[in-house]
Amino acid sequence: MAMKFEKKSEGVYLLDVCGYVCPHPQIYCKKSLEKIGEGEILEMTFDNPSSAETIVQMLDQAGHELVEKKNEGGKIVFKIKKA
Amino acid sequence: MEEKKNQIWAFVITGLLVLISLIYYKANVYYMYLVVYIWFGVAYGMMLQYGRFCFASASRDLFAAGVPRMAVGILVALIFFSIIQATLAATNMSTFHPAPFGIHTLISGVIFGVGMVLAGGCASGSLYKIGEGNGTSILSILGISFGQAIFVDVGGPFLKLVPEAWKVSTAAKNLPPDKVTSWFDYYLAGYVWDQPSIQLSHTKAIGGALPGASKYFIGDALISAIIPALVLIVVIYYFYIRKGFLKKRTKATGQPASFKDELAGIWSMLTASQRTTLMGVIIGITAGLHIFVMKGMQIKFGISNFGQLLTKMGHAADTSIRGTVFDPGYWYITSQEGQFGAWVLDKLGWDMRDNVFFGVNNGLPELWRNPALWMSIGIIFGAMIMSLMSKEFKFKLPKGELIVWGLLGGTLMGLGSRPALGCNIGAFFIRVAGGDPSGWLYGIGMVTGAFAGVKFFNWWSERKMAAEMADF
Repeated sequence: MAMKFEKKSEGVYLLDVCGYVCPHPQIYCKKSLEKIGEGEILEMTFDNPSSAETIVQMLDQAGHELVEKKNEGGKIVFKIKKA
Repeated sequence: MEEKKNQIWAFVITGLLVLISLIYYKANVYYMYLVVYIWFGVAYGMMLQYGRFCFASASRDLFAAGVPRMAVGILVALIFFSIIQATLAATNMSTFHPAPFGIHTLISGVIFGVGMVLAGGCASGSLYKIGEGNGTSILSILGISFGQAIFVDVGGPFLKLVPEAWKVSTAAKNLPPDKVTSWFDYYLAGYVWDQPSIQLSHTKAIGGALPGASKYFIGDALISAIIPALVLIVVIYYFYIRKGFLKKRTKATGQPASFKDELAGIWSMLTASQRTTLMGVIIGITAGLHIFVMKGMQIKFGISNFGQLLTKMGHAADTSIRGTVFDPGYWYITSQEGQFGAWVLDKLGWDMRDNVFFGVNNGLPELWRNPALWMSIGIIFGAMIMSLMSKEFKFKLPKGELIVWGLLGGTLMGLGSRPALGCNIGAFFIRVAGGDPSGWLYGIGMVTGAFAGVKFFNWWSERKMAAEMADF
């Protein structure tokens, strides 16, 4: 099992941390946002529900926008726009 | 379709638990004592899952992500629990007892803190995450269970490490020689039992100065739990929320920040994760209610420990030489998991009763007659019911590095809970709210250990990110 962080297209990045439990999804989310530029999009997929609560608050505090969130059969997808 | 399937499973599990309860009742009315543990476990599990209530997350998310939701949730829970604890103590309905403390409390907390960050959840958090289908948490619980069991029973070369003073002190306790065989026996009988224990309401300074029941509310609740919790809430606000909140606020109003804005900032922090804070309130109240009900059951059956009922039912072999089993009378996590590990090893031929921890104090009941273990099972099923209802249940096999983190973290939690006679619940949450300041000592240790764990994971994830980004 490995986490995936890749560039999907110009200004859009994918982070897949399915299978990972706390604290990995929130740490990888924070670090991915540090790596991308302002206004760029991070599409994050994870399946650890406990991380969602923390990530939402982390985005709110930092001012990043949670553009979209979906739950697809236990897989959570967050589309985040970096402030 | 999937939603329907989840709901059916949630009902099946609930029905199964009702059936188990009825079978116990039918077998013997004394088992109602055990059934109470099951259902409080279910309630804890549902609340922990709904609130994503994990003590590991409290310090870890604060240090790793700057998010205080869980730290705040725990402090809110402490405040409410301490008020109820004090009420119960004032009416002689409390089962709480303080623990001997010393430097071992702090060291144990540090080890536990590192373990809970590595494992991805504290002792109670790992149980509720099993209920979400998290396989890594199963490994953590196995680590806790077998880590503790082996830890309390090893002798051999480890006996050479036992200080002479512990041996002398143990000898003075007149324990049966066949029950003093491990290094932990000397640690427990020759060191821990000699350490002081404090409950603020019973100290001369507070118990002697305050009349009647007020000593419980002022000493145990206000001084031990409420004031420190409020101070911590303000400190967390100051360091993690204040700057960002006031910046947004003053930009919106165009006015300089006032004291009212500071209060609004604290309120905003408290309500940022409503489900966590709400569960903090309800968990605090439920933990208090649990004590009340257990005390009521003890009064009803005229006992102080479930071992007495087991003996009446002809299961004296389940109990220790004192006729007791592990029966905390309130929310507790790790000891019963140690019993689970010991039970398995005992069945495999390893004598696990030849020590003080199981042989003299806690007994080794069959799994289906272990009241506190049923509480842990209840937590798993309660969380499963809740996660199925909210479509969050997903079975995930542990893979790759998570196998190592789960087992290692769980084992460290086991090693960090046993010497302090408790974990994030028993050694911290319950003690602090009960007026035993040693709970804070364990808490400081846990936070320190968690800080080290977070530092390690930050380094680890940075390395992996760098490898992933090498291509672009």
